Amino acid sequence: MSPSYLGRKVLQAIATLVFVVILNFMLFRLMPGSPERILLRNPHLDAQSIAAARARFGLDKPLLPLEISVDPPSLKVNPDSQFLAYLQTTASGDLGLSFEFRGESVTEVIGVRFWPTIILIGLAELIAIVVGLTLGSAAGWKRGGTLDRVGNGISLILYSMPYFVIGMPLIIIFAAGLGWFPTSGMLSPGAQYQSPIDQLLDFARHLVLPLATVSLGLIGGYSILMRSSIIETRGEDYVTTARAKGLKDRSILRDHAFPNALLPTVTVIAINLGYVVAGAITAEIVFNWPGLGTLTVDALAARDYPVLQGIFLLISVAVILANLGADLIYGRLDPRVRA
Amino acid sequence: MMRMPTGPGETGKVMEDAEQEAARRAAEAGQEAVVEAPVDSEAIEAAAAARALIRGRRQWPLPKQADPTAPLLTVENLRTHFKLESGWVKAVDGVSFRLDDGEALGLAGESGCGKTTTALSLVRLLPSNARIRKGSSIDLFGIDLVPKTEDQLRRYRWREISIVFQGAMNALNPVRRIGEQIAEPIEVRLGLTQDVARKRAAELLELVGIPRQRAAAYPHELSGGMRQRTMIAMALACDPAIVIGDEPTTALDVMVQAQILELLERLRRDLGLSLILITHDLSVIAETCDKTLIMYAGKVAEEGPVSRIFTAPRHPYTQKLLGAFPNIHADRRSLETIPGSPPDLRNPPAGCRFNPRCPAAMDICREVEPPEVVYPDGVRVACHLHVAGRDGAVGVTSADVVGWHRQLPVIEAPGVPAVASAGVAEPPGPGSQP
Repeated sequence: MSPSYLGRKVLQAIATLVFVVILNFMLFRLMPGSPERILLRNPHLDAQSIAAARARFGLDKPLLPLEISVDPPSLKVNPDSQFLAYLQTTASGDLGLSFEFRGESVTEVIGVRFWPTIILIGLAELIAIVVGLTLGSAAGWKRGGTLDRVGNGISLILYSMPYFVIGMPLIIIFAAGLGWFPTSGMLSPGAQYQSPIDQLLDFARHLVLPLATVSLGLIGGYSILMRSSIIETRGEDYVTTARAKGLKDRSILRDHAFPNALLPTVTVIAINLGYVVAGAITAEIVFNWPGLGTLTVDALAARDYPVLQGIFLLISVAVILANLGADLIYGRLDPRVRA
Repeated sequence: MMRMPTGPGETGKVMEDAEQEAARRAAEAGQEAVVEAPVDSEAIEAAAAARALIRGRRQWPLPKQADPTAPLLTVENLRTHFKLESGWVKAVDGVSFRLDDGEALGLAGESGCGKTTTALSLVRLLPSNARIRKGSSIDLFGIDLVPKTEDQLRRYRWREISIVFQGAMNALNPVRRIGEQIAEPIEVRLGLTQDVARKRAAELLELVGIPRQRAAAYPHELSGGMRQRTMIAMALACDPAIVIGDEPTTALDVMVQAQILELLERLRRDLGLSLILITHDLSVIAETCDKTLIMYAGKVAEEGPVSRIFTAPRHPYTQKLLGAFPNIHADRRSLETIPGSPPDLRNPPAGCRFNPRCPAAMDICREVEPPEVVYPDGVRVACHLHVAGRDGAVGVTSADVVGWHRQLPVIEAPGVPAVASAGVAEPPGPGSQP
């Protein structure tokens, strides 16, 4: 990979990040309604209290560092503006205070919910990538075979089902019916653990069903994607060349078709990985998983704008990084884009 | 001898009358010579010696079941059909030919005439809906490849028959270095170590005129001509007996085309390769091949030495085909076209498949499939204008074609000590006398 390719991609990511940070500021300021009203939730506040609240949250400062007016033409510089304050605090990792969880900072609120989601969705993605790509390429390679007909049928069904539709039967059968796994949560409430291993086992038992749900949903999509990519590759001349070389079917698939078929799927998968932090909202809700998905729903219900703003920023950063990762991986896999 | 009512010249306007007359005389002369000359056993022996010489250069032993005295390749009554929902497409329907050690055969014809299918049938590189029908035989060193399973057939792919695809297109894997791609069959098929294979790959690159450092290049970093050279180097990796060139120069500009053909010619001479060249460019065949096989709608129209086919084409289709080709030495500005289009091979026309487009079509052409006849000059033609017993032509059934060929002691392998030159033997069997 040439340094110029790398540099270009990193610069692009940084530029996008800057844009997102600015947009994040603008978007929430463009929303109708005054923040202090929502903040204090009282229509009969006196002007003093409102002013105090505004001062506390920095809302009394001008919005932008530069104010340009056309009529009359003027240019005003505000050394102390909301925008600069926002940039400064964001850069230092301070995302403000949550409305709902009073006293807690947004970083803390998000931080608690971050890892459950990362573990759940990250593991699910890992399983789905391995299983989905294997299943899809095997099915596409023997197009029309038993594996293809059965596998592709199942993949299509899984792909078309929302997480809660996959998750609920799992709960009914394996949790409520057979009682193998708990129905919800991440750890048994009020449990006392003898050792960290006990805790881990409890966590694992809670993890199985949501993990299965999200994995199954993702496997469907990845397998369909890989199948069509392999089918397209199968007809390529270099696959015929590989056959003419007298290679075994498996080596043709492994060494020639698969590396090429992987290229179009890498982009999709990498972008998907960006949404790992967004969580699979419906899956988290069904299993009451304390991740970022449930937090998003809670924050929306409570109109907790700072938290939403924080989640928004986090998702954007993750997607940008995932895209950057996709570009870099793609550059490694396909020599044609390294130039 | 009577002059034929509808001779080749009258139909095709390809040849001047004088040329045609000369060709006819030559044919007659050939016939006379043949009638007098018995089978030349010395020539057959010389051919066997030449064959042994070429096979003696092999770096790897012949396949276990091989008969060392058998001809290199005889294809008999090859029928490759494709199954569609609307019926069977008879893409190749009864093609017979023979290829000798060191020989170059050009397969020519319009798009869809079955020339590529014929060549790819040899190592069964066919789409999954293709079937090689019963009664077809493909004998390589006397081993019939048709009944082989896919797994058994892999032994013959690349080690005996390799293919030069259009490297300028997508025949090279875009994500792998060319050195690796050349080394792959050496490693996997010949079982050599990676180091030896890489080294050999580098040598092969140099052999085709690419600096060995370029082994680390990816296909997209090479020009079209370089990619084609890489394809050729790859085809030589396992020291095969036969190299099939599937339109190897089609996507290249004229200068590069000439270089590639020169390279193929040199390699054939130096390595004792046998070539099957598939092309719709007749000038390529004229330059590189000993024999040519003109196909039409899945059948052999005409086959024989290049020198004969190009100067005195006998089949009206060959004449039309040659007429449709620009000749820089001729004054003619406009090229001829062949009106109509090739038939639907699901349901080919009765009789001769060329009859709807043939300017010389007679009643019989619409009813009876023309049998193949062989002329004393080695040209085989399937056309009702050419009847066994006239001008020394001898009728051949498909089963005889190979039998007749086995008598043909011609090996014109450059680089091999001169062997009996085209001493054409008298075909055996009844009907050999006019």
